[in-house]
Amino acid sequence: MSTKTIKIYVFKRFERFWHWAQAGLIVFMMLTGFEIHGAYAFFGFEKAVGYHTVAAWSLITLWVFAIFWHFTTGEWKQYIPTLEKVGAMMRYYLTGIFTNAPHPFRQTTLRKHNPLQRLAYLFFLLVISPVIWFSGWFYLFYGAWREWGVDKYLSLEWVAFFHTAGAFMVLIFFIAHIYLATAGHTPTSHIKAMLTGWEEVEEEESAATK
Amino acid sequence: MRKLFATVALLAAQALPCAWAATDPAPAPGPAPAAKPASKSTADHTKFKELQQAFKSGPEVTKACLACHTEAGKQITHTKHWTWEWMNPENKQVLGKKHVVNNFCTAVPSNYEFCTACHVGYGWKDANFDFKNETNVDCLVCHDTTGGYKKLPGLAGHPAYKEMEFPPKSGKMVKPADLAKVAQNVGPTSRATCGACHFLGGGGDAVKHGDLDTSLKNPGKYLDVHMDAKGLNFTCAACHATQGHNIPGSRYTPTAADKEAAHMRGKKDDTNAATCQSCHGQKPHKATGVRAKLNEHTDKLACQTCHIPQYARAQPTKMSWDWSTAGKLKDGKPFTVKDSGGHDAYDSKKGDFRYESHVIPEYVWLNGKVKYTLLGDPVNENGVTKINEFFGSPDDGASRIWPVKVFRGKQPYDLESKSLLVPHTAAGYGVRDDTAFWQNFQWEGALQAGAEAAGRPFGGKFGFVATEMTWPITHMVAPKEDALTCTQCHSKSGRLQNVKGIYLPGRDANPWLDLLGGLAALGTLLGVIAHGALRIYMNRKAG
Repeated sequence: MSTKTIKIYVFKRFERFWHWAQAGLIVFMMLTGFEIHGAYAFFGFEKAVGYHTVAAWSLITLWVFAIFWHFTTGEWKQYIPTLEKVGAMMRYYLTGIFTNAPHPFRQTTLRKHNPLQRLAYLFFLLVISPVIWFSGWFYLFYGAWREWGVDKYLSLEWVAFFHTAGAFMVLIFFIAHIYLATAGHTPTSHIKAMLTGWEEVEEEESAATK
Repeated sequence: MRKLFATVALLAAQALPCAWAATDPAPAPGPAPAAKPASKSTADHTKFKELQQAFKSGPEVTKACLACHTEAGKQITHTKHWTWEWMNPENKQVLGKKHVVNNFCTAVPSNYEFCTACHVGYGWKDANFDFKNETNVDCLVCHDTTGGYKKLPGLAGHPAYKEMEFPPKSGKMVKPADLAKVAQNVGPTSRATCGACHFLGGGGDAVKHGDLDTSLKNPGKYLDVHMDAKGLNFTCAACHATQGHNIPGSRYTPTAADKEAAHMRGKKDDTNAATCQSCHGQKPHKATGVRAKLNEHTDKLACQTCHIPQYARAQPTKMSWDWSTAGKLKDGKPFTVKDSGGHDAYDSKKGDFRYESHVIPEYVWLNGKVKYTLLGDPVNENGVTKINEFFGSPDDGASRIWPVKVFRGKQPYDLESKSLLVPHTAAGYGVRDDTAFWQNFQWEGALQAGAEAAGRPFGGKFGFVATEMTWPITHMVAPKEDALTCTQCHSKSGRLQNVKGIYLPGRDANPWLDLLGGLAALGTLLGVIAHGALRIYMNRKAG
């Protein structure tokens, strides 16, 4: 097992800005959102609603830019799922990681996410996001239901149910995401990469590469 | 939508300066001058020969009034203020003071001379009152501007015409009203004239409503943002905008949910002029920032729910009245016991009371439909009898959540017919009456006399039944700074904790989702901690 490493530039400047701005907004929205849900009192209900709403619009704006960026740069391809090496990744997290086995996936600029990551992010994009965005949108525009003609089909109770369910999924994603950020080549290599753009990866052509 | 905004804006731009102009003639804004503002009336009643005479009685004044105001008498005789009778078109119940039984002084029959001190007429002393005689209309009680005109209980709607001891045997003397002076100084109704009855309902100041008492004669902004004597200075009629003596706004036909736009000049609008929305429209809150959300509450909440956070904010109101303990005597004499605030806690004439101030209302769904428990209707012997039942539900599309005062009591009912009884409490001024409860403190005779006057059978056996009467709270609107804050409802133990049928964020949650979501999040957390710990352990072992 070679330990020689090289650095590759994985995350571009906009991508890093997007990631950290989104991280901050999501954490803040969880904090304010669960307060609105009645889990605790911190900002107070009125302020929590106000902050949550402002954060939601900020995140929407950020996503508009991010989506534009993904399509213009072609980076959206990073989320195309693959089942290749999913088994190897799972084995790695379950056993290999404890014995310093080599990481089965080797990042490159063109493939910066490991197969499990791809699946997780795709799940976030296709399941969690729609649940939380659609429910949140109707929650936010409760006052317009009648105008939109949807008041007969919606109840605040169910809109809130799906929004809360989405929030729990985000929370779980968040916990796992934070932890897995330490599961790179070294415990801090992913985090450093997200800050600087440069990721340390193993240089040699090992069994991990295609 | 744009039209609505335009309407509100126009009203705000037009109505407000008008309201100011009506009360404050000063051209420049600033404190109102101490001098009496010049009258806007086109008639100076002091100059009318018809009023320059030594009136001996109220009806004589009325005759003089009707000589010019030819239609006024007819108008009055068609109003509830005169007939004390009104049929609810919804359920054909005949209501009005003449018919309903409340859980304060209970009912009018057998007590006419006393109760009719608040009738807009003269001489209603028994069931034979002539409701057609327009000269019996009392113009002065509503149009007096001098404050020198008072109708005394026991005189069947008349004021004192000669100096008399009042209350009887109190040693206090009441001077007769100067009818000529009062008549020559008539003017529009005022908080004082409406309040002469409505502030004193239930037998004393602040007793009945909780949101109407004498503190509203000259209120500050804190107590009533519209009536604020140094500010907007609204009279009652500013909202209860009256035409032809027919006054809008009644709790017999409450407008629970006004879905109309604000009233506009020139636009025909027969809807209730006394609602908040009739001026403020449907989107009263400035639609910027988080405050815009407030406008979205109007599909469930009455304005009053947030904007009257407490009632009885100037003086305490009576909250309960237990007639069953009335009649106790000390050394053969009636007595009273005061509470720590100096209000009656017990009165031999009436029983036990409880007063409260700064009362937090109860909250219920109201759709405007009301049903009364009238004489002859069955009572709920084992539970609570609702004197008036307000209907409403979260799903009927017609209801809003309203603040209400619920007045609780115990009062006599007939064990045979199982219906409410009318006690004969008060006799006419100076009349010795052995059946009047407030004279001899004997229930049997009082209930017998009451039943006879009301034309009801009475088997002679009576008990006391628990009753509840509901009063929508709609006056004493607080300044916006004092309105409820979000958290006061949006929390587990907030104001609306008992109101069903709505999903209230901050109060409600799906317990299964919370359990499942919470466990899943906790499981993930413990999982990654265990995973991480194992990594560290294995790493150390290897290293």
